[in-house]
Amino acid sequence: MDFDENISCRWHNSDVLLLGGSAGSFNLIFRVVKILPADLNKIVIIIIHRRKNFLSEIERMFAKNSSMPLKEVSDKDKINKNTIYIAPANYHTLIEKEGYFGLDVSEAVWFSKPSIDVTFDSAADVYGERCTAILFSGANQDGAQGMLKLKNAGSLTIVQDPSEAEMPEMPGAAININAVDCVLRTDEIFELLKTSLR
Amino acid sequence: MNALPEGLTTEQIAELIDLVKRVHGFDFSDYTKASLKRRITRIMMIKKIGFYDLKHLLVNNQSFFQEFLEEITVNVTEMFRDPGFYKALSRLVLPYLSTYQQIKIWSAGCSSGEELYSLAILLHEARLKERAFIYGTDINTVVLKEARKGIYSFRNIKNYAENYALSGLRGSLTDHFTTMYDAAAIHNELKTNTLFTVHNLISDTAFNEFQLICCRNVFIYFETPLQEKILNLFYDSLCPYGFLCLGSKETIRSDLFKMKFKVIDQKENIYQKIGF
Repeated sequence: MDFDENISCRWHNSDVLLLGGSAGSFNLIFRVVKILPADLNKIVIIIIHRRKNFLSEIERMFAKNSSMPLKEVSDKDKINKNTIYIAPANYHTLIEKEGYFGLDVSEAVWFSKPSIDVTFDSAADVYGERCTAILFSGANQDGAQGMLKLKNAGSLTIVQDPSEAEMPEMPGAAININAVDCVLRTDEIFELLKTSLR
Repeated sequence: MNALPEGLTTEQIAELIDLVKRVHGFDFSDYTKASLKRRITRIMMIKKIGFYDLKHLLVNNQSFFQEFLEEITVNVTEMFRDPGFYKALSRLVLPYLSTYQQIKIWSAGCSSGEELYSLAILLHEARLKERAFIYGTDINTVVLKEARKGIYSFRNIKNYAENYALSGLRGSLTDHFTTMYDAAAIHNELKTNTLFTVHNLISDTAFNEFQLICCRNVFIYFETPLQEKILNLFYDSLCPYGFLCLGSKETIRSDLFKMKFKVIDQKENIYQKIGF
């Protein structure tokens, strides 16, 4: 598959991969986790909407299937490359300039805690143009504003093609406010991420 | 949807911290910056004001400062947040507390009182409430007023009831409340032997000796050196073998304090004072 050379190049050069999604995104993000190599040389941060008090198997399932170490974020965790971080339920996950995570229990954003907007916004502040952010299926518009901020900061922003998303609202909202560099089908997203292997 | 205001710079935030410290005596310099920036941006959005208006109001308008303080300090809290924590407390800590004639507990950063009343209910159900005295402290006088009332909106109570059902306690949360229209008031017997008072974790000192200190989801807003300073305050405020409970994502990382606190529950971050 031929991507705009510019897109592959920006993906290669980014230090951080941000993955956001809600309803209908779980299996897609799981597949991304599976294909990322242990020596990706990037920080990977995942924000998936989920319910509190629901002892999810997400971490265990993801960890079992990923080549990189995977961790649910705790307060003041140092942020390292070649590690996958998952935002915990019932907190917002923020990034501090000094290279560690901060958590926040303040109001839900778009009825969501963790909110994708909050983490994307904070990543734009700290990492500027050094991110690749991908927004998958979801039933609300969380993530769109954060993605716009990332795009304005010079990061690469990608959404799953709403026409094939289980829930098109989330990627659609980002497209509507011009927060998106490219709209890709899921097979194209996986293909792009694999180009790092070459 | 309104676009976000232009982002505050690190220098502007430092300027505001300095201003608040000089004019009002509150020191936010060791608060985590990403969170602080979110809170300040939020106030500016709610009030529809820019950076210079904000500075002006902070200097010249005392009632605005109260509002600012309320917004800066996160006051989102739940009853029985993390039901697994309350289960662990019942199983691992209450048997120890029951050996005391008088049980003194401190809910530090208590906000509108939800955590303190959750502890009161837990003690009540374990038949320890009569022997217990619970202090709730916060830097924010407005939320303390709410806490003293012990009245919560019915919508919130419904959310808390879900936590309660998972916490292993019998009956339901509403057994401990009197409902009136769209609100619910906690039973008076649960309010006896509780005291809500102003205390600033950053600048105030130890004021009593406790068997149990709960300070959950407060440390997340503090940078590591400040966390350690407050750990020291808690250490000094605990009786020998007293318990300290932090939020479920807040761990003790300092080597010094790892020697002074034994881990009682790794997942729920329950610690016990040792090494005195």
